[in-house]
Amino acid sequence: MRGMTALDLDANATEALRPAAREALLAALDVGGNPSSVHGGGRAARRIVEQARAALAARFGVAPGDIVLTSGGTEANALALHGLAAGRRVLVGATEHPAVRSAAPGATLLPVERDGTVALGSLEALLTEGPSALVCLMAANNETGVLHPLGEVAELCRRHGALLHVDAVQSAGRIGLEALGAASIALSAHKLGGVPGAGALILAPRLHLPALIAGGGQERGRRGGTEPLPAIAAFGAAVAETYDIRRIAALRDAIEAGLRRIAPEVVIAGATAPRLPNTSLAVLPGIPAETQVIALDLAGIRVSAGSACSSGKVAASPVLEAMGFGVDAGCGLRISLPWNAPEEAPARFLHAYAEMYARLSSRRASRAT
Amino acid sequence: MSGGVDSSVVAALLHEQGHEVVGATLQLYDHGAAVQKKGACCAGQDIHDARNVAENLGIPHYVLDREQRFREAVIQDFADSYARGETPIPCIRCNQTVKFHDLTELAADLGCEALATGHYARRLDGPDGPELHQAVDPVRDQSYFLAQTTRAQLAKTLFPLGGYATKAEVRAEAVRLGVAVAEKPDSQDICFVPTGTYSDVVGKFRPEALEPGEIVDVAGNVLGTHRGLARYTVGQGRGLGLSRREDEAPLYVAELDAKRRRVVVAHREKLAQTRIRVGDVNWLIDPPQGAFRCEAKLRGRERPAGMTAEWDGAELVLTPDAPGIAAPGQAAVLYQDGRVVAGGAIRS
Repeated sequence: MRGMTALDLDANATEALRPAAREALLAALDVGGNPSSVHGGGRAARRIVEQARAALAARFGVAPGDIVLTSGGTEANALALHGLAAGRRVLVGATEHPAVRSAAPGATLLPVERDGTVALGSLEALLTEGPSALVCLMAANNETGVLHPLGEVAELCRRHGALLHVDAVQSAGRIGLEALGAASIALSAHKLGGVPGAGALILAPRLHLPALIAGGGQERGRRGGTEPLPAIAAFGAAVAETYDIRRIAALRDAIEAGLRRIAPEVVIAGATAPRLPNTSLAVLPGIPAETQVIALDLAGIRVSAGSACSSGKVAASPVLEAMGFGVDAGCGLRISLPWNAPEEAPARFLHAYAEMYARLSSRRASRAT
Repeated sequence: MSGGVDSSVVAALLHEQGHEVVGATLQLYDHGAAVQKKGACCAGQDIHDARNVAENLGIPHYVLDREQRFREAVIQDFADSYARGETPIPCIRCNQTVKFHDLTELAADLGCEALATGHYARRLDGPDGPELHQAVDPVRDQSYFLAQTTRAQLAKTLFPLGGYATKAEVRAEAVRLGVAVAEKPDSQDICFVPTGTYSDVVGKFRPEALEPGEIVDVAGNVLGTHRGLARYTVGQGRGLGLSRREDEAPLYVAELDAKRRRVVVAHREKLAQTRIRVGDVNWLIDPPQGAFRCEAKLRGRERPAGMTAEWDGAELVLTPDAPGIAAPGQAAVLYQDGRVVAGGAIRS
């Protein structure tokens, strides 16, 4: 790929920065200061933190005092599990993000249906088995965009006296977020147009959680450490922005329609379930996701193969495995549109995909002879 | 791109020549587990070095997860081979499968024209297509380890370092090209056993290869006990733990009898073979009819020796001019005037 700007279709890795967030970040850099300081500089810094907290509270319909600012989604999830899991049976969705899976190592896995939504029958059976459970489910899956039926899940939890923790990292800022009586909800700033370095855990009213990092007692003793002012300012600005669900969904649908035209064997994971408007996981049987991601990257299209390990290697998707894709679990390409995806995104993506597909098809044909 | 000097120089040279270069690094095994450090990353320092080199060149770079493929095609085969009483060369198996087979395929899938590696060998184009030749630098020559490369793979492969006369020249190129790893030491031994105790790895896959058994002489007299077939190789004289009188000639491993889990020992002159059978033969010329003359290497660190070879359509039979020691599992590579004509695995 030479001489052309790359097309970013990997918003679930990190959402495109919102201009308002960028401005807020730069302004906060000029303010500086430590919110814990007694003097005027401290007050100015504190004002920025509290403005951001207020913006989050307004967006999600919760009280500012129930929001604990963290370093990001992973820490928010870890803080929730740390505080809520003790003495409880932890039930974790089979398609949860590693941030949750690794924070609850001994958890029982909740199976999902073929469409990626949690198997409500299994959930109910497990909740009936005994009291004091903690259920951890994501609002939207990071690879497929599939939305769990959280209303029904919350109702089941309520009936069985179970706590619910929701990882809303991928859905917040894109679709509506309902508190649903959840004990806690994890958010990440850079997944909704802010920058990495800030996140939040929204707690149920009056719920107190012990700190994971006690430090100097910031966040009312719930999370120590000097607040990353610029990241928090950007978080507050990003969360106030609107998201054009219809426009993004139309682009995504155009991509999926085009994929089916080009490669009839492509399977869109979770296509029949409610999904995020921006996400599509296209499984091309027999072609490793790695080959597809590299081929498209070389053509200037930035997509991913689901969750990438920090070493950058591409492995089979545990999400697709949990959805029963078997050997094709390693063949899924995640296309996730950013909020500012250009109108020509489907055409550009499909052009590159068709080129890749034609080459791979002729290679397969020549190998078969 | 292994993260070492050689493949880094290859990437830099091709980039300098104006090619569109794509860097790829194989993740072959869990580095953290291999060095037995809890919490160590699965990716070793070499992967980071490779990524940095690519970044500095401004070329795309990808880490390819081949842990499962490597475990099945190379490590499992390595252990199985020891359990059969052989002495395998995992680098050859790796070149044959994970590297040249898979990467020439991937390169084509990505629309690349060629696969370039930092191996020391030369691909020359002759009247009948691509030929594999020894590197100019005899000290560095790796053609022995590449003899399983097929003619079709060779046609899509470049070895840009094969023409350099010394490693010092390659290091000088690294300095000239600004490759940051110019001073990095050469890698050693078997990559997936950085601690050097390969028997641990063998034992994990094939525990029976580490079970003790009898050491016998050619007549079948029991002379002692061995510590598992995987710890011995044909031609080995040390570490047998046999006592002998001062006037007695030392004993060497003559055969590893996997069926009876026995190490057979003999005096040195009994080890040399006049007839060596070679299987799994990869031809890089059209197989000659009848007996033909060639030079051959029966182990990595020896010079090719003159011999007569004959191909029966399934196996090569080698008749060395001076009887030599051949360890089953090692490679036999046949040369004519520095050109690799065939490679295979020593059977007996």
